[in-house]
Amino acid sequence: MTKQLATFVVDGATYGVDVTCVQEALRDLPRTPVPLAGPAVAGLVNLRGQVVLTVDLRVSLGLPPLPEGVEPMMVVVQVGGDHLSLLVDQVGDVVEVDEADFEPPPGTLGAEMRRLVRGAYKLDGRLLLALDVDQAVAA
Amino acid sequence: MEGVVDGVDEIVREFLVESHENLDQLDADLVALESSPGSRELLASIFRVIHTIKGTSGFLAFARLERLTHTGENLLAELRDGKRTMDHATTDALLRMVDTVRALLAAIEATGGEGDVDVEAVVGELQAVLDGPRAAEPAAATDAGRAAEAPARGTEGEPAEESAQAPREPAEDAAPAAAPPRKTRIKRIAARPAAAAVPAPDAVPAPDAAPAPAPDGADRADGADGADVAVAVASDGEETWTPTFAFEPIAAPAKPARATKPAKAAAAAKTAEVEVPAPHAPAPEESAPAPAEPAPEPPAAGPPSPPAERPPSTAAPTAREGAPEPGGATSRGAVDSAIRVDVAVLDALMRQVSELVLARNAIARLVEGDGRPELVRAAQRLSLVAGELQEGVMKTRMQPIEHVWSKVPRMVRDLAASCGRQVRLEMSGGDTELDRSLLEAIKDPLTHLVRNAIDHGIEPPSFRTANGKPATGVLSLRAYHAGGQVVVEVSDDGAGIHTEHVAATAVRKGLRTQEQIAAMSPSEILRLLFLPGFSTASSVTNVSGRGVGMDVVRTRIEGIGGTVDVESEVGRGTTWRLRIPLTLAIMPAVLVACDGQTYALPQSSLLELVALDDPATSVEHVHAAPVYRLRGDLLPLVDLRQVLGAPERPAGAGVVIAVLQADATRFGLVVDRVLDSEEIVVKPLAAQLKSVGLYAGATLLGDGAVALILDVPGLVRRAILVESEEEIRTDVAAAAARTTSQVLVVSVGDGRRVGIPLAAVTRMEKMPADVVEVVGGREVVQYRGAITPLVRLPRVLGTSSVADGDELTVVVATRGERSVAIAVEDIVDIVEDDGTRSSDHGGHALVGSTVLKDRVTELLDVQTVVADADPHFFDELEDALVGVS
Repeated sequence: MTKQLATFVVDGATYGVDVTCVQEALRDLPRTPVPLAGPAVAGLVNLRGQVVLTVDLRVSLGLPPLPEGVEPMMVVVQVGGDHLSLLVDQVGDVVEVDEADFEPPPGTLGAEMRRLVRGAYKLDGRLLLALDVDQAVAA
Repeated sequence: MEGVVDGVDEIVREFLVESHENLDQLDADLVALESSPGSRELLASIFRVIHTIKGTSGFLAFARLERLTHTGENLLAELRDGKRTMDHATTDALLRMVDTVRALLAAIEATGGEGDVDVEAVVGELQAVLDGPRAAEPAAATDAGRAAEAPARGTEGEPAEESAQAPREPAEDAAPAAAPPRKTRIKRIAARPAAAAVPAPDAVPAPDAAPAPAPDGADRADGADGADVAVAVASDGEETWTPTFAFEPIAAPAKPARATKPAKAAAAAKTAEVEVPAPHAPAPEESAPAPAEPAPEPPAAGPPSPPAERPPSTAAPTAREGAPEPGGATSRGAVDSAIRVDVAVLDALMRQVSELVLARNAIARLVEGDGRPELVRAAQRLSLVAGELQEGVMKTRMQPIEHVWSKVPRMVRDLAASCGRQVRLEMSGGDTELDRSLLEAIKDPLTHLVRNAIDHGIEPPSFRTANGKPATGVLSLRAYHAGGQVVVEVSDDGAGIHTEHVAATAVRKGLRTQEQIAAMSPSEILRLLFLPGFSTASSVTNVSGRGVGMDVVRTRIEGIGGTVDVESEVGRGTTWRLRIPLTLAIMPAVLVACDGQTYALPQSSLLELVALDDPATSVEHVHAAPVYRLRGDLLPLVDLRQVLGAPERPAGAGVVIAVLQADATRFGLVVDRVLDSEEIVVKPLAAQLKSVGLYAGATLLGDGAVALILDVPGLVRRAILVESEEEIRTDVAAAAARTTSQVLVVSVGDGRRVGIPLAAVTRMEKMPADVVEVVGGREVVQYRGAITPLVRLPRVLGTSSVADGDELTVVVATRGERSVAIAVEDIVDIVEDDGTRSSDHGGHALVGSTVLKDRVTELLDVQTVVADADPHFFDELEDALVGVS
């Protein structure tokens, strides 16, 4: 059984989410910070008249912030009827994966990661990490 | 009729929707009718509603519903024709009928069928009223007269040709259908509703009926043969009903079960030919009276006519507007110009217009820097049109508040009867319009307030007369626009609310202490009614019943961005006032800047703006809490930067205080700058941000940026302001000094002055010396319902006080959870201690001394004093209490 994952890169690792829940990928938009919200909340953006919450995946995954001057990209996903956008380093292709290649995360993975990463697909020469979108946006 | 079968669910749904609307109107009309029994207009309106329901229920084969409304209609027909006057029993029976109709409709809505709702009891009751004495017994002799009268009326209201060209129903179809077994009964029942128009059904086959529809009915009658009954429909320009062919549904449960009374009479006549005077539903295609085409099954003709091309919905406004016959051209306009639109469509339109407004704002900004005049002109035009469009779309969602009020007369009548009150209802401003969703939201709170006013506001008649008031109380509902909001008032001229009772209840329930109450103004005490927890069953009796569920009312109203307050005068009455925004989607707001970000503050919470050039000099402090003197009153301040965790504002920067009102709390929000005031479009926030509790939503600014809308009640909760305003006020008032400071200076005799850190002081008060009691060899006083040890400071410090009179001056100090009442000679002042001239030197219970206002003042060690009062005081007390119990 195969399915399609939309991929993106965060801190050198490739992550994938089900392509059906991805609405679009776009360049970074100006964000309005939300004081007192969770640390992963990167702000609100105006997506063609819709106010969309942006979650910084680097923060959710417990990774260091992007170096100065590097612009992140946005992946807009649909979670439970709401639109949310994920800040990623780079947007990749849509990849077809086989469930047979899936493995749960190794026990050595950090707790922060374990919460968000459902497992990995073994691709040629690299691993594609399956991101749990619901967890990632539960900032 | 396949189309009808296909669309049957749709038809039933439409039927339910319009029937519910009509029933609300009916309740109001019936009650109004009781007070003006002669009103033909009201009777016609009521008759029409019941008739419409009856007609459609027959068509949809809801036999019981039809039977019920049919009987009710008979009664109404007699009333309308003046053969019977409205009395209490009649109203009761009719109201009961409306209730049962409602129950049936509810069953239909839930199950698609009539369920097991029993109609026989009500039918019996209606019949009993019908069979009872009435004003004018319809003797056979009057039949002709009545019949003659009918067409005569027809002439006033309805052009003859309308009637003339009316479709003729194939009598053959109808007659056999209304099978004979029930003939006699049919005749009897049919007689009354038809009375105005039908020449006495008793006389149905009789030849004397034929000439009856005199003057302009004559040509029609001519067309019929001698035995025909010509049914002239009375159409006095107002009323209409639908004489079409009908059958008892029992007799002919097949499809065309559209029963209507005159038709029955005709059917009973077997050879009847009925003139349907006009296409009653003023359908778009008026020239094609519905009954004309579907000849074999005459389902149309009535206002509820659902078949064929035209959607049943068109009939609904018709019936309500009260101008259903095309002949009566007078009110045709209103009917034809109204259509029923799904709210979802309006919501979608509203959203799109909001987007348009935002796009317009963006373009307006872009154009600002551009000199091209044609571009500027185009942008202005766009701006204008977008503005008008926005207003127009908003209007489509507006409905008069009458929609909610229509239930009130009935409710008042029932409640007044069950509570034994006499109540006159006055309503004004029913045409004030509100957004539909808001109307929906105020329905329950309003019902609650009306209920409360009758139940607990207006006194029983005997009580009223004994107090020199008219026996009949007045309950008035008022709605009007004020300051961009809609104000809805519910007032009664009843007993009013005793603030003492409210206060006592609040104290008893532990919501406020006696001291807090003492410092509250009457209006503040009344606002306690809205506290959650105030409303319990016992308060129903103790506080003249007020306060039941008022917190629920408040929550609901605040949930839609409104406010509620109450005014009451004992013996004169009570007024509850709801302030509701016009719409939820767009609201006026003030944009403020804080730490480089823009936030929107709802205008509805904003009282005023105060700009401060140098906050360092004009902001004072009570304890650590910043306050601002606004026209002599201390206004607690909340710095938005602090709330949001933003960095401190650079020194010397000016600020603006936005004076906000949330519920009972007034406070000043300190922001960096005020940018603008504009109408903002409220966008919902993602669920993740709702838990922050500080934002009511987001909006888009003209430049496309997102701005957060601050939730003022949320701000209050964040800053824990709810109690502090009161406390600040009472502390300062008690000190009788408008200066804010750190140290309370008291005298203890022998000219010695002692400073008590103000932070430790809860209250200062004077109390009679005889309140001091002795427990276990120690002096105690009762303070805030608790037993508090009393320390006489002059004794502790070894001075001889001169003020050992009848009155004690007491400073209540608190350390941790313990309080101690410190008796002093006098309170001197509250001063600022900058700590520069203090020394550590001190005696027992003193931490040192300092120079305050050029006098050496010893500083009291509150901890020691409390400890001296007895470290185990509370423990012992508890033990003692346990021992006693």
